[in-house]
Amino acid sequence: MEPASAPADAVSSWRATNTRRMGFSALGCGLLLVSFAADVATGPAMLPIPAVLRSLAGLGSDAMLDAIVRTLRLPIALMAAVVGAALGLSGAVMQTVLNNALASSYTLGISAAAGFGAALAILVGASLPVPEAWAIPAAAFAFAGLACALVAGVGRLRGATPELLVLAGIACLFLFQALLSLLQFLASPEALQQIVFWLFGSLQRSSMAKVGIVALVFAVTLPVVLADAWRLTALRLGDERARALGVRVDTLRLRCFVVVSLLTGAAVAFVGTIGFIGLVAPHIARILVGEDQRHLLPASAVFGALLLSAASVASKLILPGTVFPIGIVTALLGVPFFAWLVLASRGRP
Amino acid sequence: MLRAHAVTVRYGRRTAVDAVSLEVAPGEVLAILGANGSGKSSLLRALAGVQRCQGVLAWNESAAPGAGIGYMPQDSMLRAALTAFEVVLLGRLRSLAFRVSEQDLVAARAALAELGISDLAARRIGELSGGQRQLVFLAQVLAADPQVLLLDEPTSALDIAHQLQVLVLLRRATARRRLTTIAVLHDLNAAARFADRIALMRDGQLIGLGRPADVLTTPVLRHAYGVDVCILAGPDGHPVVLPMQIAPVL
Repeated sequence: MEPASAPADAVSSWRATNTRRMGFSALGCGLLLVSFAADVATGPAMLPIPAVLRSLAGLGSDAMLDAIVRTLRLPIALMAAVVGAALGLSGAVMQTVLNNALASSYTLGISAAAGFGAALAILVGASLPVPEAWAIPAAAFAFAGLACALVAGVGRLRGATPELLVLAGIACLFLFQALLSLLQFLASPEALQQIVFWLFGSLQRSSMAKVGIVALVFAVTLPVVLADAWRLTALRLGDERARALGVRVDTLRLRCFVVVSLLTGAAVAFVGTIGFIGLVAPHIARILVGEDQRHLLPASAVFGALLLSAASVASKLILPGTVFPIGIVTALLGVPFFAWLVLASRGRP
Repeated sequence: MLRAHAVTVRYGRRTAVDAVSLEVAPGEVLAILGANGSGKSSLLRALAGVQRCQGVLAWNESAAPGAGIGYMPQDSMLRAALTAFEVVLLGRLRSLAFRVSEQDLVAARAALAELGISDLAARRIGELSGGQRQLVFLAQVLAADPQVLLLDEPTSALDIAHQLQVLVLLRRATARRRLTTIAVLHDLNAAARFADRIALMRDGQLIGLGRPADVLTTPVLRHAYGVDVCILAGPDGHPVVLPMQIAPVL
């Protein structure tokens, strides 16, 4: 054992670390603003960023440019940011409560369940009493909640461990993927095309009303998880230690599953299945700000928003004049990035 | 004074702890000994309030589960990206607010200083050696300012220098803070030297409770472990146990 020396004061050192962590989150917010402006400026007609900023501030003098910015591109850019934030936050919460760095709504079948719900609504759309534009997200939301409930239900079993919950999530993934394949097999060519397009993930169906719903869900759930930030941090020491510190682990996990189902359901419902954001954003945040969840949760949301916003820009630049489905872009960019992240963090405690 | 009366722990149909009763006074260190699977950890978890049990548990005329009790589970490798200071601060979880109060920060700093590990504060918990990690978790339970300290194998997998350091600090903290300390140990000689009393378990039952010299006897240890031992007198008067051979089954 090393002898105790005269160290820098532990409290001041911790405060300095926290200031540095907030700096990283602030940097993420700055990059998000840049990406957001680029997202609005990018499209079939490339707009100058100063003109975009003037238009967003209500100081624009070009009616055509104002219409493009506010009516067409603003909802898409905002949707990319709020959906990215929701997926980043839900991924961070899941990875913490399941003590598994590979947990996300995508890998645990919640997105697959939402996809099945959307496909079901597309197939029976004509017979539903609500417009298809709302029936599909509603069904996706409902099935995302169902998948979360199934996993959470397993968590209520006596002796359930985080590993069992992950296995339950993987079982959910295969179940809903199989059901989705069945629906695709049964679907007419027209419905099949619509289902496949939905599964690609796309921001092009965004509207300010839909942005408002996702933003509202995010605004309601963020304070709920932040109120549990210290308890979630304690959970990183393992269930037994968290219990010893006074955390009611099962109740906390259940509460987090409700939050995750709301966040994922709202995000996936309007834009389709988007992978890797919920997986990668918390990893980036963890490397930069550590695992004090007071910092990790907001940072995961910020970097999730930044990643999806940047992917939205990329989706319009890959093939000028064509908007690639965002789900394909996040996967194509996310896989090499994630591989690099995993390799770079080898040996890190 | 911690009082446990007829504490029973069952896992399904198996009884891990069978109607154990004991009392431990403030300032006293009780070591729980016994073979693997004898129910030591289950008893400790029941006392800590993290394991459902039957029976009566009380200390300071209060039976509020968890409050005032510092419980340190067995050591396990952690990959959490948390600093030692944050781990110790979590010991204050019951009072921690989103914006951490000066009182909680001071308590965490004091616990690190008390164990002489302030220099580890900024290190990540996953980077620490087993001995350093044990001291950080001991600081975590002390940061909560407990009245009862429950430790599950605090010296397991530690070399003799670290074992000695942990046990000396534990003894010192118990005396200074007038703690009621109960530790599950495997090392009979460490228990003989550092504990005021020893509780010896076999098959979930208490088969010996008393001063080390009274409990650590050849017939009792043969009954507990199935091993023939030789008991010597140590230089400081404590018994020294030498395992000799597996006792023949009669």
